[in-house]
This record gives sequence, C-alpha cells and structure tokens, in this order.
Amino acid sequence: MRSTDLRFRIGIGIFAAALLLIVVAIGITLANDSSLSLQRFGFRFWRTSNWDPVAGEFGALPFIWGTFYSSVLALAIATPVALGIAVFISELCPQALRAPLMFLTELLAAIPSIVYGLWGIFVLVPAVRAIEALMPEGLRALPLFSGPPFGVGMLAAALILAVMVVPFTSAVAREVLKTVPMTQREAAFALGATRFEAIRAAMFYARTGIIGAVMLGFGRALGETMAVTMVIGNNPQVSLSLFAPQYTMAAVIANEFTEAANALYLSALIEIGLVLFVITLLVNVLSRGLIWSMAPP
Amino acid sequence: MTINGAGATFPYPIYSKWFSEYNKLHPDVRINYQSIGSGGGIQQVTNRTVFFGATDGPMNEDQLKGAPGIMHFPTVLGAVVPVYNVAGVSELKFTGQALADIYLGKIKKWNDPALTKLNPGVKLPATDISVVHRSDGSGTTYIFVDYLSKISPQFKSDVGVSTSVKWPAGVGGKGNEGVSGLVTQTPGSIGYVELIYALQNKIPFGSVQNAAGEFVKASTDAVTKAAAAAAATIPEDFRVSITNAQGAGAYPISSFTWILLYQDPMDKRAGNAMVDFLKWALTDGQKYAPDLGYAPLPANVIMLEQAALDRIKVS
Repeated sequence: MRSTDLRFRIGIGIFAAALLLIVVAIGITLANDSSLSLQRFGFRFWRTSNWDPVAGEFGALPFIWGTFYSSVLALAIATPVALGIAVFISELCPQALRAPLMFLTELLAAIPSIVYGLWGIFVLVPAVRAIEALMPEGLRALPLFSGPPFGVGMLAAALILAVMVVPFTSAVAREVLKTVPMTQREAAFALGATRFEAIRAAMFYARTGIIGAVMLGFGRALGETMAVTMVIGNNPQVSLSLFAPQYTMAAVIANEFTEAANALYLSALIEIGLVLFVITLLVNVLSRGLIWSMAPP
Repeated sequence: MTINGAGATFPYPIYSKWFSEYNKLHPDVRINYQSIGSGGGIQQVTNRTVFFGATDGPMNEDQLKGAPGIMHFPTVLGAVVPVYNVAGVSELKFTGQALADIYLGKIKKWNDPALTKLNPGVKLPATDISVVHRSDGSGTTYIFVDYLSKISPQFKSDVGVSTSVKWPAGVGGKGNEGVSGLVTQTPGSIGYVELIYALQNKIPFGSVQNAAGEFVKASTDAVTKAAAAAAATIPEDFRVSITNAQGAGAYPISSFTWILLYQDPMDKRAGNAMVDFLKWALTDGQKYAPDLGYAPLPANVIMLEQAALDRIKVS
C-alpha cells in the first residue's frame, strides 16, 4: 500500500514539476533566441523608438509604452465596473438573479478574442470615430485628444481591453469578498452602519485581495493580442493622445513574426516576447500573492 | 509519398488547388503546404525542415548564402492595387510618384495639385488623406514598397524595401481584410490590397501609371503583360522584380511569387516528384490561375523555367 502511495506521489509530483519546468524552459528559450538582439542593442532596446526592419534598427519603447498605456487605461475603465458587479453579486443581489448574472459575466470571458476584434472593427471603431469627430476644437488642442479622428487607436484598444478584463476582475473580486467573515458586516451593522458603510468596511477588509484581482486583470490586458492589434492602429509611436494609433508588444509579435526573415529581426521580436514574458510573470505572481494572502488556495 | 512545403500566404489558394488537382492525377504524390509566411518559408527551407519553400519576395544575398544551391521558380503572378474611400469619387488615377508622396506623408490633402492635375474633371475634396498600410509583415507590402522605391528615390532612402517597413505615415491594418476594413470605413482614406482581394470583395481601386506613361487598371491580363515585358531581361535565377515593367498595357505593381527548391535535393524521389509537379503546374496548372484571381505566367517565362527544372539533379 505504502509503495503505491509513494509512486502516486512521485507521479503527480513529476506533473507538477513539469509545469514549473515549462515556464523556466520558455524563459530560457526566449533569452537564448534573443541573444543576438540583446548583445547588439543592450539597454538601447528598451528606451529607443526606432523600429526599422529595413535598416536593422530595433527599439521597443513604443511597444512597451503602448502595452502599459492601453492596459492602464483599460483598468481605469474596467475596475469600477468590475468591482460594482462583484459587490452587487456578493452583497446586494437577490438570490434568483445571482446565478444568471455570474453566468453572463463569465460568458464575456469565454468569447474568443478574434470575435472581440471583429466587433471592435465593425461596431466600436466607427462609434469611437464618431465621438472623436464630435470633439470640440478646444479640447482637440489638448495632447490627450490630438490627432486626426481615425477611430482606430488607443481609445478603441483601451475600451475593448476593458470589456475583456471585466469578467476576470469581477470573478476574482467576488471570490475575495466571499472570504470576508460575516462577523465583519454584522459588526458594522451593529454599530449603526448603513448598507453602503457596511459594504465599504467589507471591501476595506478585502483590499489586498481586491488589488490582486485588479492586477490579475492588468496581467490579462498586457498579454491580449488579437483584439488589440485589430483596433489599435499598429503605429509604433509614443503618444499621450487617446486618438493616436499606437502599438503593443503582443501585437507587433503577432504582426511581424511570420515574415521576419533575418536573424537580427527575429531576435528583436523574440526579445520583445522576453520582455512581455517577464513583465506578465511579475504582475501575475504579485497579484496571485495578494489574492492568496486573502483567500488561501 | 508525402512532400512538405511551407511559405507565402499569398499563393496559398492556388497552391492548395494545384496540390489537390495534382493528387487526383497522381494519387501517390501528396503535397502538404503550410502557409506560414514568406519569411518562415525561407527559414524552414534553409534549415531543410521542409522540402520546398515559397516566397513572395526573392531571397536576398545573405539568405542565399545560408541556403547554397537554392533555386527560385516563379509559379503565378499577383498584383497590388490602391483602394480609396473618397465620397462621390469612383475613378481615380495615380502615378507612382503621387502614391509615394502620399505614403511619405508629403501629400496630405485629396485636393493636392499633384492629384487634381492627374484627375481632371474629378471633384476631389479638401479633406485630409488617411493613409492605411499593412501592419503584418507581408508580400503585399513588399511588392508595393518595391514599386514605390523604384519610382521615388526619397521613398527608397527613407523607407526601403522589405515585407515590414517603418512607415512615415498612417495606421496599420492586419491583413488585406484589416486594410480594406479600415479603408471602407474611414472617409478620406487610401490603402493597398492584393488584386485578388479587391476583385473578390468588389472593392473599387484606382489605375496606376506605368513606365510607358499609360494609366492601367489592374487585371490578370495587365499583370501577365508586365511579366512578358520583363521576361526578355529575366536573370537566370529568376530573382527579378517586375514592378514598373516596361511595355504597353503592363500593370506596374505586379510581381511573381516563387517556389524554392534545392538544385541538389537530398531526397531524390521527392525531388523527382516535385519537378514533375512543377512542370504540370507551369503548363496544365496555369489554367486554374485566372479563376482564383492570379495572373498566369507568360509563355516565354514558362519556357525558361522548364529548362531550369531540367538542371535539378534528381538522380
């Protein structure tokens, strides 16, 4: 009996270790295959903006900027909505509505990203273009709204990312709120708190986990590829403007990898993959850590 | 016998048609083709992980050094057309210089004198031109910038020729569908797509002035004419750009697409089968091309290629 037990433990241990090994192997492969670009450009790769495959000059700053900017904007839009959904479902929702609502938010997560992209091109982008065209001249002078109204650009990308992030953040936030002991709320009510104040107390209690939920959404937004590349305009420039076409790390890899025929070009694209890999890994580890400190797995 | 190949996405529809038709004639020969892109095709044939490659742009000197003995065989022809969205305008003429200046961001308005002079009688609005290009690396981009670089020295030095380039202006759409989607939706925009794509989706496109000074609207016929005109000076290895070809009626933004084979293949049986297949594709196979929107090869190029195929060492 004992020996089967041991074999079973070793067996599943190997599977568990394989997972870790795969992550490490991906990291090593990316670092290895990008060595040409790492050596050639060094830190210049991170802080220059010239991406010129013909001249063999590669600087990834616009992609890094575009990835962070679009993700931060998406979070700014998605977080209030996602937390609102989570609070409603866990604290206020009538029992009969709870299951359908949870199902609907989770359905959003199940839609393939190419479908989001198509919806983006045909519905969201024309709507964004109309809004941009209505923007009064005075506001257009601000750097945040400068540039011609293409429709495709940072705003469209941030909006589509926000829709995609909501189900993740709200599902995790809901789970975190569930872990808040009932006594917390009861104590608040006992002190004469209103419904709102009691919920606020519960959210304060769950703050680490909620931050983790938001960051998990951030990690999701950073790596999103297909939908973003279809609406962001794919123009590598560092711009504050919400209307400007920009670019993300995942999008440039998806766009240019298949036709990258020379070694340095390929290596530069793989280095972008490495950067994205490291950043998403850090963000996910951090957010998971925060969530687990609240709701141990 | 199974033969594996990989490369360009542009000829994928005709290649898959050919492979399935050829398989009907020769049930023992099965050819698999992965349309992973020209860059990937060159790389895989260089590493010999596939038996043949396919590309929309000929291999450059560096790439040739990596794959000694590789040969280029043109299979069919394609073309790139300028598409636009200007309210009330259904016919537009372009010169290469005007297209280059639009894509350099030097011509910014539709009523720029350079455009109004070419299109007398067409009422062009005083609106901004929204430039749309491909965001993904693509043979379509290669053909387009190859043409613009031949016409405009400034385009050549500022942008250059590759499947992906650093665009001075505009937004990028992914794939032909991304570009045409942006163009059809954005008033005042201009883009470029493959001729097949424009024909199949009935997207109106402009005519372009060729080297002889005529304004030619792209058609499979006009593309074959460009190739026929270039055939007289075609190099022995077939690595030739036929954009801006001389000759009457030739459409200037045309190009071959190539299959890549080693002159001394390691697997002789596969080599033999592939040579037989190509001989069929160059003759009987050409009749499938126009229906799929590709231009068939001119007779003089086919003759040269048959001679080159005989140089492959299959025994």
